[in-house]
Amino acid sequence: MTSLDPIQVFRTEAAELFEQIETGLLDLLNDLSDQATIDAVFRGLHTLKGSGSMFGFEALAAFTHHCETAFDRVRKGQVPATAELVAAVLDAQDHMKALVSTPNGDHEEASNRLLAALQAAAGEPSAHATVVAAPLPKAVAAEPSKTGGKGFRITFRLPVNAMANGTNPLGLLDELQELGSCTVKADLSTVPTLDALEPTDLHIGWTLDLITDKGRDAIDDVFIFVMDDMELTVTELAPPAPAAAQEASAAAAPAPVAEVAAKADAPKAQAADAKHGAKQAENVRVPAERLDELMDRVGELVIAQSRLSQLAGSSADIHLRAVSEDVERLSGELRDTMMVLRMVPVGSLFGRFRRLVHDLARETGKVIELETEGETTEVDKTVIERLADPLVHLVRNSVDHGLEPPDERVASGKEKTGRVILSARQSGGEVIITIKDDGRGVNRERVRAKAEASGLIQPGQMLTDQELLQLIFQPGFSTAAQVTNLSGRGVGMDVVKKTVEALRGIIDIRSEPGRGSEISLRIPLTLAIIDGLLVRVGSGSYVIPLSAVEECLELSLEDDLRSRGRSFISLRDNLVPFLRLRELFETGTPPDRYQKMVVISTGDERVGLVVDQIIGDHQTVIKSMSKLHHDVVTFSGATILGDGNVALILDVTHLVAVGQQQEAHLRAAG
Amino acid sequence: MNVETVKHAFDHVWNGQDELSVLTFSLNGETFAIEAINVQEILDLLPETRVPGAKPFVAGVINFRGRVIPIADLRRAFGMEATEATIDSRIVVVELTLDGEPCLVGIRTDKVHEVTTLPRSAGEPPPIVGMRWRPDFIHCLVRRGSDFVIIPNLEVIFSTQPARAAA
Repeated sequence: MTSLDPIQVFRTEAAELFEQIETGLLDLLNDLSDQATIDAVFRGLHTLKGSGSMFGFEALAAFTHHCETAFDRVRKGQVPATAELVAAVLDAQDHMKALVSTPNGDHEEASNRLLAALQAAAGEPSAHATVVAAPLPKAVAAEPSKTGGKGFRITFRLPVNAMANGTNPLGLLDELQELGSCTVKADLSTVPTLDALEPTDLHIGWTLDLITDKGRDAIDDVFIFVMDDMELTVTELAPPAPAAAQEASAAAAPAPVAEVAAKADAPKAQAADAKHGAKQAENVRVPAERLDELMDRVGELVIAQSRLSQLAGSSADIHLRAVSEDVERLSGELRDTMMVLRMVPVGSLFGRFRRLVHDLARETGKVIELETEGETTEVDKTVIERLADPLVHLVRNSVDHGLEPPDERVASGKEKTGRVILSARQSGGEVIITIKDDGRGVNRERVRAKAEASGLIQPGQMLTDQELLQLIFQPGFSTAAQVTNLSGRGVGMDVVKKTVEALRGIIDIRSEPGRGSEISLRIPLTLAIIDGLLVRVGSGSYVIPLSAVEECLELSLEDDLRSRGRSFISLRDNLVPFLRLRELFETGTPPDRYQKMVVISTGDERVGLVVDQIIGDHQTVIKSMSKLHHDVVTFSGATILGDGNVALILDVTHLVAVGQQQEAHLRAAG
Repeated sequence: MNVETVKHAFDHVWNGQDELSVLTFSLNGETFAIEAINVQEILDLLPETRVPGAKPFVAGVINFRGRVIPIADLRRAFGMEATEATIDSRIVVVELTLDGEPCLVGIRTDKVHEVTTLPRSAGEPPPIVGMRWRPDFIHCLVRRGSDFVIIPNLEVIFSTQPARAAA
């Protein structure tokens, strides 16, 4: 076992916390008064601060502390949550990420700038600014305190095991003393008799009367690391001086609230912790490569199992058959379980775009609403990871090129708010992800002009609308008149297309001028195992992905002969072009007497594949083809059959394209 | 292909050492040698699966311990005639680095001889003229008795095989 680097552990934890905080903040934008979300964000910041200082990320802890303080005011209802505040905290959060990744970098200036912004957004009173500014010399100059001394009665009792956990009650008392003048009384009522006394246990409670010019927050800060487990009551005492009377009456209202809040916080905090704890217990974090290793083993097992099935099938031994059937069932289940292990909801991917859109909206000054649909659709983790970058690019494109600025939208009779809809749904063995906007749509003239200028097409060349739209996926193509920070550098759409194709997916674009564009990606659910239909062509075995198979039919000799000149048949009043795989693969063998046709489809397009024999369905572990065979586009991969032989997996997309070309060719000819 | 690059290829394969440990095998009467460190395994002939549409040089794939690897025929690269498989025929599985990534390839051979050491002193860069083969396909020639052993430059051979005209 390798020992874990604690710093790395913290970074992993921090990354999760950042995600949690970010999600919370973005949720908050939808409902600024949602107390549960505010609490969640606060909790995230709080944990981050605690862990940060534990692992020696002092700069992070100090900075986070101030963000937390600002957010605490929101949590307690002292200031309302605003979009500005959320934006400020989001910026601050990015800074925290920097602090985590380069703890020794020079971040002071950025820290101060962000804190100033944060304080402005949180509308913090100057007294608070003093506290905030203290550890950061360059920050806003400390303003003199406006509030006079205030009295608090603080009663607290730490859990019995507090000292064992490293809490030093004396330290807490010292800190409280630093806030102002105080009298401390110890509550010894629960101290057991000497024979029952465990010296490491803490049985003492304290009651303090504190006169301080700091606010309630300063007191909470003292207890911040122990607050979750302790009993704490803070009550405001009657004003000690008439000078503060006005202050007190103003404070009278929040005081009881604060008290209630403190009390209410404890169980809530515990509940949240319990929830958090339960979640951790349910989830096990496993390095991806171990999962891949397991996947490989399961793959081998599936292969070995099919060999066993074949052996058993040709044997008369009923016991062997029974065992073989058991193994078949078990390995099938194991495979399915394994697949589920690798599946993660698309929501985890979509989550990132909320932040992106939020930032884009601020950058471009456009009003954008991001809608997501089908977050629960599950896709293989590898697929998700590889899709992230292309999707970022597509969303950026939609916002940057697609959506119009608000006034332009209003002028063209649209709602001021531009909408970007990100949706995912499963369709057979594929997941379809669409990015749709209601912007101006692709400007055909601009695309054409640009393509002509860069020599992609001849001036005046006739193109179908779809062909014209597909031009944007050409390398070096960008329609943005001006290169912006976001997109328009002409590196992207071609990369997007390549990535999608590398995932054996298809990218489609539809666009209506003035109404918006829709880009859809059809991606196979997994890259590892598929259900396939095993067929024989000549002497070779091939696998057709079952998800693409629509139906199998017999190609009668008459049909075969009649269709010599025009490779398509009529299937329920639809013309379906077909390919004779025997000819395509140049097997050089005579056709079987009873040839079969497998009708495959991708979306609306169908193609028949004429094969010699249909052997049956086959669980296929996809092995990628070697680099040396990357020029062979007809096959997406290979698999190992039960007898140890290799069968090639047909690339359905490519075959359909070939079939469609053939059909178009025939139509043009006749 | 100039003297300079030939020299470079020659130096590259010897890498400052005086001896090279190689596996020798024969193809159509010529003796070839592949650095032993690159050889993964020597296999009896396995059923090959033809890949329709692939270049004739790497026309098929085999199942090598659960992995699908291409089978290459060096004869194609050296313009030799195809011969029937014999009882001595073997597949030598080698690991190559193509485009910076490791890649396993099976090489068909007529007969595998031995693992041996070739001295640098007997090595010569391929002559620029007077050879049927492309000089950049050969790292170096090593004299052995009256004959010589060819150390092919597999990286170059595998990355320059032109696609089939029809593809």
